[in-house]
Amino acid sequence: MNPFTVHTGTALPLRRSDVDTDQIIPAVWLKRVERTGFGAGLFSAWRKDPAFVLNDARYAGATVLLAGENFGTGSSREHAVWALTDYGFAAVLSPRFADIFRGNSHKNGFLPVQLPEAVIERLMDAVEADPTTEITVDLERGEVRGAGITESFHVDSGVRHRLLNGLDDIALTLQSETDISSFEARRPTWLPATL
Amino acid sequence: MGRTLADKVWDSHLVKKGADAGESDLLYIDLHLVHEVTSPQAFDGLRLSGRPVRRPDLTIATEDHNVPTTDTFLPIADPVSRTQVETLRKNCAEFGVRLHPMNDPGQGIVHVVGPQLGLTQPGMTVVCGDSHTSTHGAFGAIAFGIGTSEVEHVLATQTLPNGRPKMMAVNVEGELPAGVTAKDIVLAVIAEIGTGGGQGHIIEYRGSAIRGLSMEGRMTVCNMSIEAGARAGLIAPDETTYAYLKGRPHAPKGALWDEALLAWGELHSDADALFDREVTMDAAGLRPFVTWGTNPAQGVTIDASVPDPASYSDPGQRGAAERALTYMGLTAGTPIRDIAVDAVFVGSCTNGRIEDLRAAAAVLRGRQVKDGVRVLIVPGSMLVKAQAEQEGLDEVFRAAGADWRSAGCSMCLGMNPDTLAPQERCASTSNRNFEGRQGAGGRTHLVSPAVAAATAVAGHFATPEEL
Repeated sequence: MNPFTVHTGTALPLRRSDVDTDQIIPAVWLKRVERTGFGAGLFSAWRKDPAFVLNDARYAGATVLLAGENFGTGSSREHAVWALTDYGFAAVLSPRFADIFRGNSHKNGFLPVQLPEAVIERLMDAVEADPTTEITVDLERGEVRGAGITESFHVDSGVRHRLLNGLDDIALTLQSETDISSFEARRPTWLPATL
Repeated sequence: MGRTLADKVWDSHLVKKGADAGESDLLYIDLHLVHEVTSPQAFDGLRLSGRPVRRPDLTIATEDHNVPTTDTFLPIADPVSRTQVETLRKNCAEFGVRLHPMNDPGQGIVHVVGPQLGLTQPGMTVVCGDSHTSTHGAFGAIAFGIGTSEVEHVLATQTLPNGRPKMMAVNVEGELPAGVTAKDIVLAVIAEIGTGGGQGHIIEYRGSAIRGLSMEGRMTVCNMSIEAGARAGLIAPDETTYAYLKGRPHAPKGALWDEALLAWGELHSDADALFDREVTMDAAGLRPFVTWGTNPAQGVTIDASVPDPASYSDPGQRGAAERALTYMGLTAGTPIRDIAVDAVFVGSCTNGRIEDLRAAAAVLRGRQVKDGVRVLIVPGSMLVKAQAEQEGLDEVFRAAGADWRSAGCSMCLGMNPDTLAPQERCASTSNRNFEGRQGAGGRTHLVSPAVAAATAVAGHFATPEEL
């Protein structure tokens, strides 16, 4: 996994709440067996509308997504995160995230940043007034800076450590092999097996 | 201090506790369900790093999301879907994972397959790369959806690092009025607490109305926990649970059954257990529910009208309601019963079990589907299909003019050819009314199987009593 430390870029204001993963990447795209190439499918239904913000040339090249509350609600498809990163986004800022989406983001070095709704509003206003406004997402210091705003955010210490260092979760877990094996030896005998 | 049911299940699966509050616990996973959509990249990851599947004996796969529900003995027409299904077959063969492929009698929607085999049992941890894994919580298990990276993690280690969720109690007390079902309970709960109301929490459904539900009904309720944003939903096991499990292929037998029963008897929240949040609803006040919008919390009772966005004080909710009405092609103030539908879908991991099909058949028996309405009835598994046919339900459906299909996720998410056309309006027993969920431009209203069947006959939203 690529580490996430500090990222600075322009932003795209998506003024919608409850943006579900079916919108981020519609199901028709989920048939692919690769991890790459999902950027073309990002918001593909909404992009058919020329007025959709992703089609607005003023925001071309934006790498920070600003969104309404409950971003990433719905299905567990990690393809939603792959679509956002493949398109070029590095972080998404929202007042609230769906749990599975947040977890999936962390596994891909993509940072969901939870900020108060009023802060998101001010950032959206600033970006709409001047699309060249740069926003810095600083995981090392745990703060977002831009448009004259500095706001701190929280990421759990374990997740933060893995993101900053780009660590592979599975390799970390396999260091606990002794614990896993001894747990397996203690499991009740009535538990089912599939084979 | 006492512990909640979910605390007990969580604690009994701790391989390693997080060093501090910000660190995840490492949880052991008892059962890993796999399907073709969210697994190919996970198996690729294993291959790249040279890792085996640690416990193929705790893993089971089925084909559900992509599979066609007609002509299942022909090759899948869509080459991309076909590749995905073939990839699962290759991966399962290579890594030694049991697979129920298309046309196998054990094939079906992953969340119908686990319980019908008796693989889902009280007190277990169950995961799957699918958000509706919460279904299995109906047995008193902690069951939740995971992404593909986590699928790979579980395949490689049979564990998952996870932060301990908060605990929430949803109490539904009292007797359900006639015609009100498990689906109506959960739609009412979601409308009450919102799509984010359960975020960060495991919901325990409690109360006499929940205890009175069959296992099928409990699965419907737990299934939609994710639509309230919850990490998982569960219900304490009881005699109803044991009666459902006993004798199923993978349920414990003989002395092991007695041993398991003793342990399962401990699986309830202690009287002095504290929940982080508690919500109580009166079952007697519930009515059949119909969603009008594009998220599952945008629902009202069938007796109500499409709400006026101006009635929302919150500007975000108002904007969302305006957008939803435009997408759904609805006018504020229209009585729900006056909304005509083009299609009806009965099926999915929410309402594709035998009891759901019986409920739909009870309404359709001796009646005719309204002219111009297409009705798709899709069993949740091949075993459900076989049972329905044994009971003659297929004849009832066909005689009424409905289309009787083979098992799969089908029109719940339209990854197979079963999709809505743009602007086509559907009464659906599935779980999500998101924009385009059942096909680009399609308009989904979530309802119970009984309301879906009555709507198929009336041509507009209706309850069976009104026919």
